[in-house]
Amino acid sequence: MPNILVFVEQLSGKPSRAALECIGAARACGGTVCAVVSGAGADAVAAELGRFGAAQAVVLTGGEASPDALAVDLAAIAKEQGAKAFLCAATGTGRDLAPRVAALLDSTLFSDCTALSAQGDTFTAVRPWLAGKALATLGSSGPVFCATTRPNVFATSEGSGKAEVVTRAASTGGKTKVTSIAAKPSGKLDVKEAPVVVSGGRGMKGPEHFGLIEELAAAFGNAATGSSRAVVDAGWRPHAEQVGQTGKTVAPQLYVAVGISGAIQHLAGMRTSKVIVAINKDPEAPIFKVADYGIVGDAFEILPALSKAVRELKAHK
Amino acid sequence: MKIVACIKRVPTTEAQVKVAADQKGLDTAGLSWMTSFYDEIAVEEAIRTREKHGGDVTVVTLGPSEASKDVREFMARGADAGVILKDEQWHARDARATARILCARIQKAGAELVFLGKLATDRDNSAVGPMIATWLGWACVTDVIALEIAGTQGTAKRETEQGIETVSFSLPALITCQKGLNEPRRANLKGIMAVKSKPIPEETFEAVANQQQVVKVEPPPARKAGRIVGEGAAAVPALLQALRSEAGVI
Repeated sequence: MPNILVFVEQLSGKPSRAALECIGAARACGGTVCAVVSGAGADAVAAELGRFGAAQAVVLTGGEASPDALAVDLAAIAKEQGAKAFLCAATGTGRDLAPRVAALLDSTLFSDCTALSAQGDTFTAVRPWLAGKALATLGSSGPVFCATTRPNVFATSEGSGKAEVVTRAASTGGKTKVTSIAAKPSGKLDVKEAPVVVSGGRGMKGPEHFGLIEELAAAFGNAATGSSRAVVDAGWRPHAEQVGQTGKTVAPQLYVAVGISGAIQHLAGMRTSKVIVAINKDPEAPIFKVADYGIVGDAFEILPALSKAVRELKAHK
Repeated sequence: MKIVACIKRVPTTEAQVKVAADQKGLDTAGLSWMTSFYDEIAVEEAIRTREKHGGDVTVVTLGPSEASKDVREFMARGADAGVILKDEQWHARDARATARILCARIQKAGAELVFLGKLATDRDNSAVGPMIATWLGWACVTDVIALEIAGTQGTAKRETEQGIETVSFSLPALITCQKGLNEPRRANLKGIMAVKSKPIPEETFEAVANQQQVVKVEPPPARKAGRIVGEGAAAVPALLQALRSEAGVI
């Protein structure tokens, strides 16, 4: 019987990458994974999950886009299966859902974990405190180990067989109902999940110059745009793209910081990125202390050249 | 309407924190403290809701006596009362224990509407609010950037990776607040003088054991030294070369 329950977020019949990483994290702990999928297209997602290491997939049918009702189902499945752990990705949806499930299981929650391990039924989590200013290794003595995994940190796993798919009627009567979603412009990646993030700071001098940042992100193709707190506070950019302690914590493959000096609260939000590039006119800027590669100079001159070069490189691949 | 706003005293966002010598927590000596950024937005929304719909706002914090400074600030801004659930170990409690203790106090207050920040900027759990609401059997909307209350009905907007969700719910409800919901006011001199000598009771609470044990706390791993590849646009080819052949990220 599966012993780790994973909630798999999906969009239009495709599992989110962060959810597949979460299954990978559960597998790396030696767990047998039961994945739970809900919403339109859940059948198609469930059929795919065996390839990524799930032993079983539960399709919740007839749900109503209410996190509290979904939490009731997840907690019930966890109890029925005697699950030792419940995991989901630390996305907006996952961070909203997981504490509700944990509460129903009377267990605490380990949020936004960057490493997980298990010895038998005993789980250990590593997670950042103060947006990464410290890293805590934590043991758990709760009835069920409940955690969310940070996107872009865990490797996905491969499975050989097909997951056994079972359907289950979703609970209704949720206390909140999502009545509409104003979707983002299509193709726009979220800063938390994108493999590449291009961020601009005060050095961009004004909101009218962020086209240069967007252009570089577009050249990469798989990039999201980010911002420092200063430019969000100044109203140049939306808060949804703020990176840092009072914004989002990101860990992309490549983080490009342009005109960002590197205040401690910004560094906390991006220092676990795999590779950091800094472009700044001040060679003494603290951002260069965490950057792998730096260019000193005028962003308005460097950005168009870099966008052009990245576009050419991508075109020849 | 009985409204409660929960706040937490946390190290300032500018603080460079040090790990304690025993590696079981943070070295709090010399740390500067503030109310968690998002909790300020929560109190502001509580006060605005009372201004529109009547009732009273109580600020509740689990924390040390020093938190009276934070609570008094919010009373000066317009909160009606404040309570400290006195706890020198507030920062070491896990999400469930914190939520259990606050939940009991919220029930005692007879609140119908509760506001918290979307997370406290020390442990970054973003778990306490939804946990409390789950135990109370209340509606809960997290990461809220717009809120309308009309009678016993509410509508909130929240940010997700997919876009902006509009959520409808009935009171009682718990809301966790995201930047953008409002711009917190400053206390004026009249407000400060009015609350200067108001008592802020310190209360005890029924202890809840942690389920989380700290094995060790470490500073984040240092990044290996990087290098400046050059100056100006002329350095672009060198940068791309490095990203491609050394780092392998493009």
